[in-house]
Amino acid sequence: MKQAMPRARSPAVLSPRVLAWTKALLFVLCLGPLARLVIGAPLDLLGVNPVETIRRSTGTWTLALVLATLSVTPLRRFTGWHWLARLRRMLGLYAFFYAVLHLTSYVWLEQFFDGAAIVKDIVKRPFITIGFAAFAMMVPLAVTSTDAMVRRMGGKNWIALHRLVYALAVCGVIHYWWLVKRDITQPAIYALVLALLLGFRAAYAFRKRAP
Amino acid sequence: MLIKRPCDIKPSEITPYGVYLRRREFVKAGLAAVAGAAGLFAGCLVSAQGAPAKLAGVRKSNFSTMEQPNSYKEITRYNNYYEFGTEKSDPADYATKLRTRPWAVVVEGEVKRPKTFGIEELLKFSLEERIYRMRCVEGWSMVIPWVGFELKRLAEQVEPTGNAKFVEFVTALQPENMPGVRLPVLEWPYLEALRIDEAMHPLTLLAVGLYDEALAKQNGAPIRLVVPWKYGFKSAKSIVRIRFVEKQPKIAWEKAASHEYGFYSNVNPDVDHPRWSQATERRLGQDGLFSPKRKTLMFNGYGDQVASLYTGMDLSKFF
Repeated sequence: MKQAMPRARSPAVLSPRVLAWTKALLFVLCLGPLARLVIGAPLDLLGVNPVETIRRSTGTWTLALVLATLSVTPLRRFTGWHWLARLRRMLGLYAFFYAVLHLTSYVWLEQFFDGAAIVKDIVKRPFITIGFAAFAMMVPLAVTSTDAMVRRMGGKNWIALHRLVYALAVCGVIHYWWLVKRDITQPAIYALVLALLLGFRAAYAFRKRAP
Repeated sequence: MLIKRPCDIKPSEITPYGVYLRRREFVKAGLAAVAGAAGLFAGCLVSAQGAPAKLAGVRKSNFSTMEQPNSYKEITRYNNYYEFGTEKSDPADYATKLRTRPWAVVVEGEVKRPKTFGIEELLKFSLEERIYRMRCVEGWSMVIPWVGFELKRLAEQVEPTGNAKFVEFVTALQPENMPGVRLPVLEWPYLEALRIDEAMHPLTLLAVGLYDEALAKQNGAPIRLVVPWKYGFKSAKSIVRIRFVEKQPKIAWEKAASHEYGFYSNVNPDVDHPRWSQATERRLGQDGLFSPKRKTLMFNGYGDQVASLYTGMDLSKFF
């Protein structure tokens, strides 16, 4: 498929060497938020309420990485940098990784493995219910992220399953929106970015269908 | 009656007041090293505060808890003062702009002798140290050595009439100095209120100091309310007007979300916030990262002194 390239210099594909380096760089970058917590905790750099810092940081990065994953396709279409698609799996898996840390911080640091309290929370508190739902939707996507799984499932099924990312992204933003006490500025920014990313897809699908 | 609880804190988890300055230097050095080596940004801890005024002649009080107070740094770097922003670090970062002189507190309403007190006059009240537990509605707590005097003593000077059933506290509104009031997060100026018997209770304090020093701006300088058996937001900061009234006022958080925040807002482990449990709390600075949260006490542990104020009331209804 031919597509207009905004800039002649933009490479549509990277050489295997450059791509490998790009991936390595992204891998290290995505470890940054975790490194900050791991280094900061023993040095007392996480503020007066370190547990809150850990919970918020892991939650924010989960959401940011989900949105980064969702911005690959629009960015690729705008820039013609098709190699961006090669980074998407890592972004998605990192989103899952931070979601696991976020959930762990809740189960361990917040509830101290009190199973009854956790179940009560999930049932009783809508923001936790929806956050938990978002996490549950991430699990099958992470499990089926390997090349072998794509082959086993077949491309069509795989794509259908991975559309779950739209639902879980919406749940993630609602989770954030519902938990803030009063000032909704931050969740509103995430909601706006998500709306743009989903809106882009809707517009694109609509245009493709039109004769 | 004084509630004495055994000190159950590991010495290694305690940061005495005298050590915090040294630790801050260490933290700054560590921060520089980490930032330099790894290129990570971990938040700037440098504070640019001048030396606050020392308070003299402060008496000890039997109302103080024996528990280990939080460090000055913890108390002044983790605050809810929405006029300066909703992040816990915002008040410490932005409250430096709060104008605290000249300052006066207008005391009016259902009183025989309404009066405007200059801050200098208020600082002449006989001051005592009150080390109180502070439980935030968000589920964390601290132990804070306030310096102040009982609100009752101020009331005695203006002589409330029989019509005074409630006391309303209006706080400072300085839009040019308060970046947080640009957003309608709450109704400004922030308004709080107590029932008259709550206001006249000996535990209810007007605080002007913290750790023998004049109150830091982020903690509600120059004068604030402290009501230790209620969630922290009831303790209004930077008060400019105290009004004795007949009808129950609607407080700021009630106007914002009446199903979540009630007029009384007594600390109560049995009545959950709609979005989180109030059964437990994290004692900041003292409970380690991996230690479970501690149980929240009814009336924040001040039940012996205040439970009788609420005899016969359904506290799940009047939350």
